[in-house]
This record gives sequence, C-alpha cells and structure tokens, in this order.
Amino acid sequence: MKTLDVILADHPFFKGLNAQQLQFLGGCASNVRFEPEEFLYREGDEANNFFVIREGKVAVEAFSPKRGPIIIQTLSKGDVLGWSWLFPPYHTHFGVRAIELTRAISLDGKCLRKKCEEDHDLGYELMKRFSAVMIQRLQATRLQLLDLYDQSG
Amino acid sequence: MKPQDTQPNLPRLYRVQQSRPETYDTWTLESEPVDGTDGLSFAPGQFNMVYGFGVGEVPISISGDPANPERLIHTVRSVGAVTKALCSLRRGEELYVRGPYGTHWPVEAAVGHDVIVVTGGVGLPPLRPAIYHILSNREQYGRIVLLYGARTPQDMLYTSELKRWRARFDIDVETTVDAAKHGWHGNVGVVTTLIPQANFDAQHTKAFICGPEIMTRFTIAGLLKRGVTTENIFVSLERNMKCGIGLCGHCQLGSVFVCKDGPVFRYDQVQPFMSKREI
Amino acid sequence: MTAQRFVVDTEVLQRLFELLVKQGYGLIGPTAREGAIVYDRITSVEDLPAGWTDEQDGGSYRLKKTNDGRVFGYTVAPQSWKRFLFSPMARLWQANRSAKNVHTVDEEDQTEKYALIGARSCEIHAIAIQDKVFLNGNYPDAQYKSHRENTFVLAANCSTAGKNCFCASMGTGPKVTFGYDIALTEVLENDSHFFVLDVGSERGGSVIESITNRTATEAQSKAADRVCEAVEMSKTLDTDGIKELLYRNYENPRWIEVAGRCLTCGNCTLVCPTCFCNSAYDVTDLTGKHAERWRKWDSCFTAEFSYIHGGSIRTSPMSRYRQWMTHKLGTWIDQFGVSGCVGCGRCITWCPVGIDITEEARAIRESEKILTTRSGGVQVENA
Repeated sequence: MKTLDVILADHPFFKGLNAQQLQFLGGCASNVRFEPEEFLYREGDEANNFFVIREGKVAVEAFSPKRGPIIIQTLSKGDVLGWSWLFPPYHTHFGVRAIELTRAISLDGKCLRKKCEEDHDLGYELMKRFSAVMIQRLQATRLQLLDLYDQSG
Repeated sequence: MKPQDTQPNLPRLYRVQQSRPETYDTWTLESEPVDGTDGLSFAPGQFNMVYGFGVGEVPISISGDPANPERLIHTVRSVGAVTKALCSLRRGEELYVRGPYGTHWPVEAAVGHDVIVVTGGVGLPPLRPAIYHILSNREQYGRIVLLYGARTPQDMLYTSELKRWRARFDIDVETTVDAAKHGWHGNVGVVTTLIPQANFDAQHTKAFICGPEIMTRFTIAGLLKRGVTTENIFVSLERNMKCGIGLCGHCQLGSVFVCKDGPVFRYDQVQPFMSKREI
Repeated sequence: MTAQRFVVDTEVLQRLFELLVKQGYGLIGPTAREGAIVYDRITSVEDLPAGWTDEQDGGSYRLKKTNDGRVFGYTVAPQSWKRFLFSPMARLWQANRSAKNVHTVDEEDQTEKYALIGARSCEIHAIAIQDKVFLNGNYPDAQYKSHRENTFVLAANCSTAGKNCFCASMGTGPKVTFGYDIALTEVLENDSHFFVLDVGSERGGSVIESITNRTATEAQSKAADRVCEAVEMSKTLDTDGIKELLYRNYENPRWIEVAGRCLTCGNCTLVCPTCFCNSAYDVTDLTGKHAERWRKWDSCFTAEFSYIHGGSIRTSPMSRYRQWMTHKLGTWIDQFGVSGCVGCGRCITWCPVGIDITEEARAIRESEKILTTRSGGVQVENA
C-alpha cells in the first residue's frame, strides 16, 4: 500500500512540490472515508481541513428554510475541496455532504497554516495552487449564474 | 426531381402522430407525411423550416433517427408565437415542413475516432440523430462521451433515453444541472467542469457541440486545453432564419450563411466571427 | 476587326421602342417626374427626360434643366432596376384549409418580359451580381428567374459622372462592356444629335436590323468614343485587399464614429441595386382557413433583422452599419466571388446625413497606417 506522500505526489494538485514538502504534507494527511449522506463538514463549522477527493462524489450545499438544502455544486474524483482554513475566521461557508461512498485524503489545516507561516516557500507553492482552484471555481460559478439555458439563451 | 426542389417555397403537409411534453415548455412532435410518400431522408444535424398555419415559420432541427426517417421528429421549445403554436399541436393535426436544409455532423469523418458530444438545454435535440447514428454503428467509433447540462433536473430532455444510454457499457453519459434539490445524485455545476475528467483521447477525437453560445465558447476553451485541435471541433449555431435556403440574408454570421454553410460548422471556419460581439 | 456600329436618331429610336413593344416587351425606362428621374413604364421617346440632368451630393439630389436636348443626360436614378426583377412585395404561395385537408396553391410564374431602356454599366453589373445571388445557389429563385430570363437590355453609356459615382474604382464602368442586347452612346455635338449603337447579342442585332441599316461613320464612331472618354470620376475607393482590411478592423473605433451619424433608416439598402435581403411573412384571413405567405424587401438596419428568441444579435446601430458595409465590400466577395458594390453612389446621395462609403473605407484604411507608426495603444480619429 502506498504511503500518503506518494499518493499526494501522484495528484496533479501537488505536482511540482519537492520531496521534502511532500513528506511534510504527508505527515499532515490522513485517509478518510464518507458514507453516502454523511457530512464532510457543515456550514459554520470550524474549518480545519481541506480534502483531496480520490473517488466518489460530494455535494456543496446551502440550506434555505423554505427550499431546504440546495446543491450548488458537486465535486468528484481529483477535485480539491475547502479553502476556508486559509483565511480568518476559519469557518466553513457551505455544508458538504457525500452523495456516494467517497474516499479522500484529509489534510490538517491548522498544522499547515503554522508551517506556511514558517516556511514561506511552501506557503507560496500552496497559495499558487489554491488560487488556481479558486479561479476555476469562480469561472464555473459565473457561468452557472448566467442561467444559460433559459429562454433567451 | 422532387417538387420541393423547383418550388423550395412550398411546404409539405405532415400529420402529427404523437405529441409528448418533455418539460413544462418543450414538446416532441412525431409526424408522418400525409401524401403517403416516404419519410424525409435527412443527415444528422439538419433542420426543417416548420410552419404554423397562418402564424409563421421557424427553423427546427430534426431529432429522429436518420436510419428510420418514416417518423419525422421535432423537439420544440415554446419561446415565441410560432413555437407556441407548434407546441400546442396534438395528434391528428397538421404540420408543414420545408427541408431538410443545412450541413450535418461529420459522422463519416469521425469514424475511427473518439467522439465527445457536449450539449446543454435544447442543444441536445440537434445532436440526438448523430448519437443514434453512432450507437447504431458503434464498432466504427472509439470512445463515446456525452456531456449534457440543464438548468435543473426537471429541465432535462429525453430522460428515459439518457437512462438507457447510461445503462450501456459503450458510452459515457454525464449529466449536470445548474442547481438541484437534495436527493439529486447527479452532478451540479456547468457542463464545462465535466471536460477535464472525461474519458477520451484528445489527439484522436471529434467534438460535437450544440448549446447556448456562451456554453459553446467555454466548452471549446476546455477542449482546446485538453489538446483537441480546432479542425476537430464542430459547433451548431443558430441565427434568425426566414428562408432557410440562403436567399434572404438574415442568418449571416460574417461571411457564412448559417442556413446553408451551417448550422454545423467546423470551428476554425467560424472562429474569427464567434469571438467578436454583435457580428 | 471591330464590330459594326450603327447610328440612329430619336425618330429611329422611337421605331426601336415600337418594335420592342410589338415583340411583347414592357418598356421600362427613365422619365422625369416629381423632381426625380424614375424608372417606370414608358411608351415612347417623348417620355424620356430630355434636357434633364441630376446633381447629386451627400444626402442631396436635384434635377437640373440643361436644355441641350440630351435624353440620357442624367446619371443614376434614385431607384435601380432591382424592383422590376426582384419585386419589393410578392406572394409566394397560398393555402386553403378545410375540415378534411389543406390545399396549397403554388404561385404562378410571371410571364411579362421587360425591356430596360437606358441601363448604365454599373446597373448592368448590379443585375449580374443579383443573378449570382438568386440563380447560382442550390435553390434558384423561381420568381427572379422568370423575370430575368426574357429581359431585354438597351444600355446607355454615361456621358458624365455624378458627383457620387465611383464605378471606375469598382471596375464596373463607366463604359458598358457586357450584359446588354444593344448599347447606345448619345452624341450631342455641333447641333447634331444622334445615337451610336453597339450590338451585344443576336437578339439585339436582329432588332437593329429591323429598324436601320445605317452604319456609323468613322467620325460618328469617334465622337461616341469621345463621349465615353470624357467621363471623369470625382470619387474613388481603393479596393486593394479591402476584404482583408475589413476583416481586420471589426473593432476599429471608426465604426463608433459613424454610428454617431447613422440613423439606421435603411435608405441605403433600399436604393442599393445589389442589396437583396428580404423577409417572408404570413397572413391569414379572419376565419383562419386561408393563409398566404408573402415576401418583401427587408434591411439589415432594422432592429429585428437579427432577432432570435430572447433578443437581437445586432442591437447597436454601430453593429448594423458595420454589418452593411463589411458585407457590401468584404464578406460579399467570399460569398459570391465579386464585390457587392458597383460604385453607383446612390447610398451616398440618399443617406439623410450623407454618409459616404468611400470616405468610411478610406478612414479605416488610413487608421491602420497611423497605428503602424506608433508603438502601441489605439488611435482615436478625432482630430
């Protein structure tokens, strides 16, 4: 069975990090598994982790009293989930619930935050990668907002 | 020579055999010719000018199986006076049709390649004939991927067919919606997010895209990022059409007439015009 | 050996008209009416606008009396021959619906044949261009075809160029070179007034044969040549690489500038001899049992021209002016193999604000020269 730093090295998100950095990240990481309908985290929770999904599917949800839970976005194999651990007040903004059996690697945000303050090189590398993910999500969300399929196309 | 060739202005009379609601604003009409002649032979991607008696004409893609043209199938979304009239047609009523017109999806050139079909909303009906053709000749093609986006699960078209296709082992079907209630087990997000993980070989793929133009542009960007080249991307475009035969000037997009040089275009043909506003 | 030329006077010209009428042609020719030269039905040389010429400018058209007796002394009439070959309004078909079925009645073809009297070189080129549009595709237009098949063309060489003419730049004139049955050159010199005729077709030759056998003398032929050579253009349009120029300049700020003047009134498309955009519309009677489809002229300048469900593609006046000009001078070439413009200048004359297509083309070409001398940034032409 592969060790976590090897698994992380295989993942495109961590490509380009050196062996030392990967080893450190591996040290902050653990394998996790969620059954269908299980929450990865709820809205308003302390944001302590980010996840790299290895298989399965999760739904990012917002809850409205009248409409119930609304799925805003689904993420699956290969996607990176969670960045609220990067910025104060370190609380999650949406709930995330597994739709299918989901396996992921969970990385300890608190531990990483501390390390990034000390090791700016690692901090920069992670910031670059997270910015790219955020930009992609933002672009996709903008397209969703356009309501493309309505009558005026 | 058929009468329609010398008198292209004259529609042919069909009778509606079945009218089926797909969603709250979209109907599928199945018709047969009244004069007992053979069905309308067409290539996947072509369209007819469909006439609502006394109301007007609109271009509607043919959505049936090109191998079985006896039943003429049109999926119509009610967005204006003519389409509203067409959507209200019921079994036994008349339908008038001129066509088929336009260029078609290059299913012949795609033989031996993977095919990725990316569509959303009412972009699926013009592609369905190509999917039928490919699935009927499955051994001629490589991997087949269908990515289909809609507003909500209730806005999806051809849901039973999508289920049947998904149940096959030789086509990847991924659907996604813009928003869904809890209980939806499909994807949520724009259809472009499905491209990075889709299972196809970018070096040996033909891409067929049909949907809102913004979706089309971003889909193309996603495909180019994966390494598909512009000569292997095909898009179906729409513009205002009055005659459908290249004589009235309305459907021009730059130097091309969407009715006769299209509606299916190889992307590099229309690339200079698509990137500019109000062309 | 040069072809034989013939010479006639107005009396013999009248006999020519009568012969054409006898052969079943409806004469369509110029006449002075309501302050303009109008192409309409005529019956004799008396109807021709003798002694009239026109003064055209940007957004301006006036008739002027010359008293010299020339019958073809005007340049181009406001409207071209387009409306006879391609009707402004035409019924395409009608249908009657009963309880049992629907009976469609296809429209009968027009059988009247026209003789166009005094067609200019630019106008003949325009007809040839519309032939490409309506006859060369996969679905030739039956109505245009039936009008066109038997059209007799009695062309007239221009003796003067209008202020807005630029046919020489477009390679469409001033001298008539093809597309005619008979071409005449009107000569008015030292009190003699005659027409030198050139044969352009077998049909034209036999018509001439029936009315005269008087060949032109060398002096008369030279006099006719002098008339053609004396024509001087005031406007020019540089057509070198114009298609590529326009393809490169979709976002040129000049379009915004001209949009500040353009009213999108569509006059230019109505008077242009090559504009062909048309629309189909459907009507019923009150019972809903009888329906008709009609075709009528349309213009890309209207807001609804590019409408598809939800909105129009070209909403801004800028985009519509750009569409018209880029189509006329640029994309038309990719579509039909020739330019869409014949240099007749009507669009300049009949634009209420005098927008000049030659000026706009020049401005865009010049703007590229300015850009290449700078290192970056966009030059706004606002001197």
